[in-house]
Amino acid sequence: MSRNAKINALLLLAVAALAVLPLVLGLGDHKEEPFAGADAEAETAITEIEPDYEPWFSPLYEPPSGEVESALFALQAALGAGVLAYYFGLRRGRRQGEQRATAASEAASVSRDIPEGD
Amino acid sequence: MHIAEGFLPPAHAIAWGVASAPFVVHGVRSLTREVREHPESTLLLGASGAFTFVLSALKLPSVTGSCSHPTGTGLGAILFRPPIMAVLGTITLLFQALLLAHGGLTTLGANVFSMAIVGPWAGYGVYRLLRRWDVPLMVTVFFGAFVADLSTYCVTSVQLALAFPDPSSGFLGALGKFGSIFAVTQIPLAVSEGLLTVIVMRLLVQSSKGELTRLGVLLTRSGEQKREAVAR
Repeated sequence: MSRNAKINALLLLAVAALAVLPLVLGLGDHKEEPFAGADAEAETAITEIEPDYEPWFSPLYEPPSGEVESALFALQAALGAGVLAYYFGLRRGRRQGEQRATAASEAASVSRDIPEGD
Repeated sequence: MHIAEGFLPPAHAIAWGVASAPFVVHGVRSLTREVREHPESTLLLGASGAFTFVLSALKLPSVTGSCSHPTGTGLGAILFRPPIMAVLGTITLLFQALLLAHGGLTTLGANVFSMAIVGPWAGYGVYRLLRRWDVPLMVTVFFGAFVADLSTYCVTSVQLALAFPDPSSGFLGALGKFGSIFAVTQIPLAVSEGLLTVIVMRLLVQSSKGELTRLGVLLTRSGEQKREAVAR
């Protein structure tokens, strides 16, 4: 593994550790619903502050179940990851193509025995 | 940071919508100009939007025992300047509001203001400031993304505290309440976002040197850096 790849792997590992540690250390144990979404907790806090508050508009479409919702979240992540992977793949391919083209043209100029310009 | 559909009183919802609209319109104009003048940047623009898509779908556990998600807006703000992120962030929020019932149309203005406007500008500001002090690129990228992420959630806390001040302790009491839900939860996630943004920026430095130089992220000579910092 190159030094660059090692650093990237270490950075990824740190991100994974930050996500896993709260779970391993049981930091959600004091809650009724451990690791619920902060957005939902805010809704609860609103109803605590203003018990009479009624949301005056409801979503046009709501995923019918948690499964469908997680599928749509996965779709969102997959779309993003797909575009990112396409970008980096394309860049890598282009770079390799350019390198090969320069290598080929250098080889051709050497075989034709053209003297160096500079 | 998604304020749920219908959870802001109409007056607040409209006010945040009015506040956000000019930024998004300005962003659309910057985006079309960027694409017209530099068609080759379309791909990297797509990648920046894609990064926001992935990160805002990742709900991660945090030290407070609840889950939240990064925003991914720092990267695009650093690469293309914040106005562009007003558009890319709005697209992401619309997707989530329409398909996932996450956030909402009535709260879109408020959510756009926190995630697609204040976050990118705050992150970009910190990034520029640190660059001016000759801090190494990856450190500036980390703090830019960190601040973009965290400031977004601070704004959400302020928005909710303005709409729902505590009956006894008022605005500040409510701010403390919402801040402990959002901002504290977000600190480790903002670190994660900073690290992920650094990884993507490192990959970009390897793969897209020319593009980064054109955008002023990579510099050919340190003298040019100073002049560009002044010019921008």
